[in-house]
Amino acid sequence: MTTFIAGTGLHTYYGSSHTLHGIDFAVRRGETVALMGRNGMGKSTLLKSLLGIVNPRQGKVTMNGADVTGADTHAIIRRGIAYVPEGRGMFHNLTVREHLVMSARPGNDGRRDWTYERILETFPRLAERLGSLGTHLSGGEQQMLAVGRALMTNPDLLILDEATEGLAPLIRREIWHVIRSIKETGIASIIVDKNVNVLLGLADRHVILVKGEVVYDGSDLTPESEILKRHIGV
Amino acid sequence: MDIWFFLIQVLNGLQYGLLLFLVASGLTLIFGIMGIINLAHGSFYMLGAYLTFWLLQSVDSLLLAIVLALPISAAVGYLIEALLVRVLYRRDHLDQVLLTYGLILIFNEAQRMLWGGDVHGIKVPAALDWSIPLTDTLSYPVYRMAISAVCAALAVGMYLVIQRTRFGMWIRAGASNRDMVAALGINVNLLFGAVFALGAVLAALSGAIAAPISSIGPGMGDTVLIICFVVVVIGGVGSIKGAFLGALLIGLADTFGKVLAPDFASFSVYAVMAAVLLVKPRGLFA
Ligand SMILES: Nc1ncnc2c1ncn2[C@@H]1O[C@H](COP(=O)(O)OP(=O)(O)O)[C@@H](O)[C@H]1O
Ligand SMILES: [Mg+2]
Repeated sequence: MTTFIAGTGLHTYYGSSHTLHGIDFAVRRGETVALMGRNGMGKSTLLKSLLGIVNPRQGKVTMNGADVTGADTHAIIRRGIAYVPEGRGMFHNLTVREHLVMSARPGNDGRRDWTYERILETFPRLAERLGSLGTHLSGGEQQMLAVGRALMTNPDLLILDEATEGLAPLIRREIWHVIRSIKETGIASIIVDKNVNVLLGLADRHVILVKGEVVYDGSDLTPESEILKRHIGV
Repeated sequence: MDIWFFLIQVLNGLQYGLLLFLVASGLTLIFGIMGIINLAHGSFYMLGAYLTFWLLQSVDSLLLAIVLALPISAAVGYLIEALLVRVLYRRDHLDQVLLTYGLILIFNEAQRMLWGGDVHGIKVPAALDWSIPLTDTLSYPVYRMAISAVCAALAVGMYLVIQRTRFGMWIRAGASNRDMVAALGINVNLLFGAVFALGAVLAALSGAIAAPISSIGPGMGDTVLIICFVVVVIGGVGSIKGAFLGALLIGLADTFGKVLAPDFASFSVYAVMAAVLLVKPRGLFA
């Protein structure tokens, strides 16, 4: 498996506060990576550093071997990434249908696996709310729309930051079910989530961050692992 | 008042209102979507008029002169956005006002250097230089009708572009959450540059098509800018629909003000604004 995206030696600051301390993080094609760590450990910041939403002061980001350090976010995204941020990023003045239509594009190899119709089959709840404004949906519906909108770009890598945060158990299960079926289609993903047990079953690899540093990067975690107890607290 | 005379005033008021809408829509769009207060917007109106006047010295068709003036105006608009305005998105409105006020001074000075302080006129093109007789003594000029038709068609076109096309969805999304638009792989700088250029083109087009029924002279952009701010405030800052209603209201108020109370003509517009703001302090569609 070849590396799709990699950050090496990333140091990111917010003003004078040093948030990422030299992180190495990579995702291979088709790989599902769980990014774990307590609140405030730098998970979202790492994702934003890869995407050029915040600019690391040191370090390098490459995609398929090409250096994209310091490139514009839209240009990095265009290389095959779909990003579902914390808070979902709904547009208050666009309908459900418009959220899906505005983001549609073929994948980098011309693939059009994810179409408008397929998104609505995947998320039947959205089909019933096509004319509603994004911000008028329930939390679960917003999350489904955020994922659907991301998939409309036919990405090679899907990034989900706290996608099940604050959702009812039934809706969570629905979202996890979709994430599993996305994994089966061969799309790589980075998943940040509080639900460690699901992540242990789902991800090919697990990365744990503590205070902006990687303390674990591997595939042999079990629910009993000492390192999980110490750094995640389950 | 004679019914035909009244009708003519209504048509004049609507024509002026539709023209104002074309200018004001760009102003309100740029504020609503990009959060930029562009005081130099009236300068694009002036630019359109002067470019058309200047091009008419080399080509003999008004239509051709206007068609040539528009891409030049678009380019000027795009460059101003890309080189100057872009720096100010995350700054406060005072910085924007200072920059765009400076641009007015530069535009006005450039106008004087290039074309001097004289007032110029453009002839109505022959094909449209006739009137539809209404009664024995009253008639209505076809050119004014043509202006109304062009402006109304552009208003409908703009509505369709913003509401129905993906470009329009990106623009609206950019107004709601520009970082999320970038995170979907859309080049927001290019998008906003295009919106700014579009606003510049609409203003320039208004200046160009109005030139044959008004005059071209120094300061013409400033007058239009002030009226357009009245329109935008009445409509609710950022609302295209509001700008449309506001423009028609001001067009009619200005026209009837001049007919019914010539001594207070310049006051009628502000009276309407005050009345609207008393009932709706944030404008019709805030
Ligand atoms: N925009 C910001 N400005 C300043 N500090 C921030 C900002 N975003 C996050 N931080 C800080 O950076 C640290 C890491 O945050 P974050 O990456 O959001 O953590 P996580 O996603 O793991 O919960 C936290 O201490 C947080 O307070
Ligand atoms: Mg986070």
